[in-house]
Amino acid sequence: MELTAPVSLRLGHSATIRRRQHALILGAVLIVALGLLPLPIHDVYTQNLIILTLLFAGLAQAWNILGGYCGQISLGHALYFGIGGYVSTLLYLRLGIPPTLGMFVGGAFGAMAALLVGWPCFRLSGHYYAIATVVIGEIGYLLFLNWDFVGGANGLYIPFKGESLIALQFRTSKLPFHYAALIYAAACWFIAWVVEGSRYGFAWRAVKDDVVAARSLAVRIFPSKMLAAALSGLLTGIGGAIYAQYVGYLDPESMMSGTLSILIALPAVLGGVGTLWGPLLGAAVLTPVSELLRSYLGGSGRGVDLMFYGALIMAVSLARPAGLVSLFVWPGQAKLRRRRGDAA
Amino acid sequence: MTFHVVAQVALSGLLMGLIYALVAAGLSLIFGLMDVVNFAHGELLMVAMFATFVIFQATGLDPLLQLPLVAILLFGLGVAIYRGLIARALSVQFNRGMVQIFVTFGLAIFLRGAVQFVFGGDFRSISGSLLGDRTLHLFGLFVPLPQMAAGIASLIAFAGLLLISRTEFGKALEATREDRDAVALIGIDRNKIFALGWGLGAATVGVAGALLAGFYYISPNVGANFALIAYVTVALGGFGSLLGALVAGLLIGLVEAMTALFLEPSLKQVGVYAVYLLVLMLRPRGLFGTI
Repeated sequence: MELTAPVSLRLGHSATIRRRQHALILGAVLIVALGLLPLPIHDVYTQNLIILTLLFAGLAQAWNILGGYCGQISLGHALYFGIGGYVSTLLYLRLGIPPTLGMFVGGAFGAMAALLVGWPCFRLSGHYYAIATVVIGEIGYLLFLNWDFVGGANGLYIPFKGESLIALQFRTSKLPFHYAALIYAAACWFIAWVVEGSRYGFAWRAVKDDVVAARSLAVRIFPSKMLAAALSGLLTGIGGAIYAQYVGYLDPESMMSGTLSILIALPAVLGGVGTLWGPLLGAAVLTPVSELLRSYLGGSGRGVDLMFYGALIMAVSLARPAGLVSLFVWPGQAKLRRRRGDAA
Repeated sequence: MTFHVVAQVALSGLLMGLIYALVAAGLSLIFGLMDVVNFAHGELLMVAMFATFVIFQATGLDPLLQLPLVAILLFGLGVAIYRGLIARALSVQFNRGMVQIFVTFGLAIFLRGAVQFVFGGDFRSISGSLLGDRTLHLFGLFVPLPQMAAGIASLIAFAGLLLISRTEFGKALEATREDRDAVALIGIDRNKIFALGWGLGAATVGVAGALLAGFYYISPNVGANFALIAYVTVALGGFGSLLGALVAGLLIGLVEAMTALFLEPSLKQVGVYAVYLLVLMLRPRGLFGTI
């Protein structure tokens, strides 16, 4: 059997609670630190880098709920991301509903889309499921590309109507978007923290590790997967809405492409699937690396940045199959592992 | 719309379908053997197309005559990929499924970057080959010769794969697929079989690439579309089934051409994906799938 049992199941109950408390404290410290981080930074490039990192940390955590905790490897999350972004933007452009409200409607549409995808696809197992999600994402991309109401291939511009918190429009400073992205990433992280300790979190991990055993313990497989999908789709859709508002322009290529689906999943996978810190860690490494590679090596159009990026993905997934998070060990956990002679 | 137009479109769809089928056969072989989905499959096709292009530029050897050469090259590349990456990914204890997906995905990005580094991002094509732009007039239909030659060669390649599956080596492949641990007891080296399986899968897509290079544009990103269609073909036909890949490939070529004709050319792939989803709802393991 693969060693997929999460640490919390292998630790005793009180140790689990203590670990979760420590995580919460560390999370709070991080939020404060990240809240102060942009204050001394005035370089727009770096600010943009941090905002993207935070957004992808949140998106990867959203993916992690379905792909990591519940083990359903979705490679079509760009669909929920795009739907969230388009719904929120269209509500704003056509009906004047501000994105601060619209992003939740977009998230709701993302959740509905995830349920609609999950309903037929959760019967499929393993690679069949992964490929079905790729294909459905691609269908969404092609339909939006050919749909004039949503701007087709030309996309939609969000006109700037003046600084506004309620419309999430800021030109003079990137700082407000930093806090929007931070709140988003923190919310995704906190929701993952809550569900990780809830009975749903345990049900999801059971579904991931062994469907038959989970069913024998009265875990209702299909509803569990659907709940994970809805939550994941909701958070991804909200992320899409924030991203669209940040960039000010959306088209199928940037909002719904298959590459984007991979970019959403990648930080979680390389950081550590089914862990609280993996997606954040993965995003903190991958986003800056890929942006820096693109700006320093990609300019020639010679693909050197792609070579490095591809090599990095291969190296990390082979060298740290459990993710970068496995480089860090909780203080209490190390002692426990030594005592049990745990090789992991 | 006359019957003639429909027949003409159906024919070109079926000819394209034979190429799809061959690309899918290589993917299916690897998946059936060791439960690994190669997300760099489209890039192997792309590498094969560039190899054909380079050899044609350097020696003037016709793409059709290059088939064995490109197949051997890709065989070597497939074995190297297995030895260097996949064997390691298979030995991982934790999180094996995802490691496989993302290792091959990283390889895809790497290959795309490497080819772009050497050749740049421009579109290229092979002109002045033996069959070139010639067409055949047959029963009132125009048959482009390169496509027809590719279709026939693809069928021959399928026959070759079928023959291989009947040999001692083919039986060893089948046995390893059934139970990768038990085969050690009868003296089959699993690692060797896997490496050869990767070589054979890559050689198959290499043949498809050399055929395709004769009449299709060549660019570092050409693989992506073919790869997606190959996944759909394999999932539609059933993972690991040779016959399934052939039937599904033809079906997809036909559906694609018909969607383009009757609905809208830019939505041709949507038709393919819709049929795939429909079949998958009725038969979750594809048309001929057993595993």
